[in-house]
Amino acid sequence: MTTATLSPTTLSKAALFEAQAVKTSARRNRLLSLPALIIIGVFGVLPLIIICVYSFLVAAPYGGVQWQFSTDAYFNFLFQRDIFDDTLQFTPDFLIIYLRSFLFAVVTTIICLLLGFPTAYFMATRPPAQRNWWVLLITIPFWSNLLVRTLAIMFIIRDEGLINDALLALGVIDKPITMLYTNFAIQLGLLYAFLPFMVLPLYSSLEKLDFRLVEAAYDLYATRRQVLWRVIIPLSKPGIIAGCLLVFIPALGAYVTPLILGGGVHLMIGDLIAQQFGSGRNWPLGCAQALILMAAVLVALFFYVRNTSGKVQHG
Amino acid sequence: MPEQPGKNAIEVRGVRKVFGTGENQVAALDTVSVSIRENEFFTLLGPSGCGKTTLLRLIAGFDFPTAGEILLHGQDIAPLPPYKRPVNTVFQSYALFPHMTVAQNIGFGLEMLGKPKDEIEARVAQMLKLVKMEALKARRTSQISGGQQQRVALARALAPQPKVLLLDEPLSALDYKLRKEMQIELKRLQNETGITFIFVTHDQEEALTMSDRIAVMSAGKILQVGTPRDIYDRPAERFVADFIGETNFLPGTVVSKQAGVATVKFASSATISAGYPEGFDPTGEVTLVVRPEHADLVPDPAKGTITGTLSNIVYFGTDTHYHVKLDGGGENFIVRHQNSRSSAVTYETGIKVGVQFEEDAARVLKD
Repeated sequence: MTTATLSPTTLSKAALFEAQAVKTSARRNRLLSLPALIIIGVFGVLPLIIICVYSFLVAAPYGGVQWQFSTDAYFNFLFQRDIFDDTLQFTPDFLIIYLRSFLFAVVTTIICLLLGFPTAYFMATRPPAQRNWWVLLITIPFWSNLLVRTLAIMFIIRDEGLINDALLALGVIDKPITMLYTNFAIQLGLLYAFLPFMVLPLYSSLEKLDFRLVEAAYDLYATRRQVLWRVIIPLSKPGIIAGCLLVFIPALGAYVTPLILGGGVHLMIGDLIAQQFGSGRNWPLGCAQALILMAAVLVALFFYVRNTSGKVQHG
Repeated sequence: MPEQPGKNAIEVRGVRKVFGTGENQVAALDTVSVSIRENEFFTLLGPSGCGKTTLLRLIAGFDFPTAGEILLHGQDIAPLPPYKRPVNTVFQSYALFPHMTVAQNIGFGLEMLGKPKDEIEARVAQMLKLVKMEALKARRTSQISGGQQQRVALARALAPQPKVLLLDEPLSALDYKLRKEMQIELKRLQNETGITFIFVTHDQEEALTMSDRIAVMSAGKILQVGTPRDIYDRPAERFVADFIGETNFLPGTVVSKQAGVATVKFASSATISAGYPEGFDPTGEVTLVVRPEHADLVPDPAKGTITGTLSNIVYFGTDTHYHVKLDGGGENFIVRHQNSRSSAVTYETGIKVGVQFEEDAARVLKD
């Protein structure tokens, strides 16, 4: 037998050497990830811990916190202590703002998906040389600041703005349509801000789609609609999930857009939390509101991912 | 010969397909006409870029002809989209749906046709049995081997009982042994289902062993249609002879001809009678083709029709190839000799030999 020349000791030595090599390469890999881990730790986890701790403290009169344990911040989210008889009263004001923000985020996500899918499909079906140009066009908005772009929208939709001026000049209307500082304005701003975040993951998913599968489905008597629902959409699910997450989560916490286009009249979660650290001077409440938002997002995500991944499996 | 229209599964009439526009125009198919009979195993054979896959895609409906008609049982299907044609395709890449199981893949066509659930289940079970994949029906298509994927692709295309099955080089991705197995398997499936198969390949051996009839294509044209024996023994053109099997080409001059047989004189002034295809009128300088196995070596050069020096002997196991450097010059002439236990004469390279031709071995062909 030729293997007899390999004694057990050489074999185990070889194995040992291999194990050591694996160990050192694992150590090296860990070392490579160290900068990222430090950044995540210092600027991601640490602030989160601070927020968590602050949410269980008492607000100091001029902002900041007093080091005294309290769960008031969480109580105050849903209840208000009556000033006179000290009883707890259910006040859904914050909850309504949260629900409204969820609604905005959901509508934004759905409309972005409906608009983004055909766009991404169009891009993915262009000749390969053209595709990068389309991707570049989609990223053009990122070249300038969101604040500036949002202000530009303001100039377009305000009473003396581009749209109203044009409609008045054409005689379609005789007094301007109020669009600025309405829910419509916020929704428009959110759609505008987040559409690229839907298109790009959808595109990267659709670009990888094997269009021979589409041909195969046509060949097997699937109509255009059936090809879309039975082949293209199931196969681009990873992009749909990624796009929805990338739109929904930031839309839920959007700050600049609702502030400018909603004029502070129609509050969203972002403005609400910011208020607690500004004029509200209630840091613990702000921290509690932020954590409640995070918890809500996590729960929503959990159900979303579980449902959609289930659907992928059943085809 | 004209065919009766009712007997043809597919009739391609004057089909042209041009890709691109303006200066970049390329005619992938240049006015092709061919009739494919019912229950036939028909092969489109040709080198890559000859238009065979284009013709298949036109029949499937993935592309539409620039001109001409495609009839399916006498009805023009050229303008119909693929989902309205009772024709299914087995793709070169298989194109199985990765998000579905083996059984779901096979049932997809029937489901799209809106068949009732129990009918789909029964048919899928029958198909799984036909391709011997019952044990793997719940697997994802990514979890099965290439050969198994091939079977699923076949079952998926056969499940809706198409009038015609199109196969686009379906065996090219398989290794040699599996390919041999699948060739037999395909032939069996065709016999059992009685469906017309149109098979595209560039592999002449595959075409010869499996087909009822073969169409040899080159540069967007069909050069010859016939049974494997027709194509091999009586190639109509030099390209066909060259593409299918090994062939020797010999220059000669036509001395006389009558009733499809020409007398051709070699440079050595030896003559030979050679048949030629219908509709071809050979005159003057012509090329003769002779298959290597239709010629024989003789040790005495004086007894050979042509003579030369044995330059190389290549042993192939089942047979031996003798390369003869002809006295008149030109390409080496190859003689194939089947090996047997009692080969009487042994040859050595460097000796003078003669080459004799069997009756009807030589043919005069169009260049």
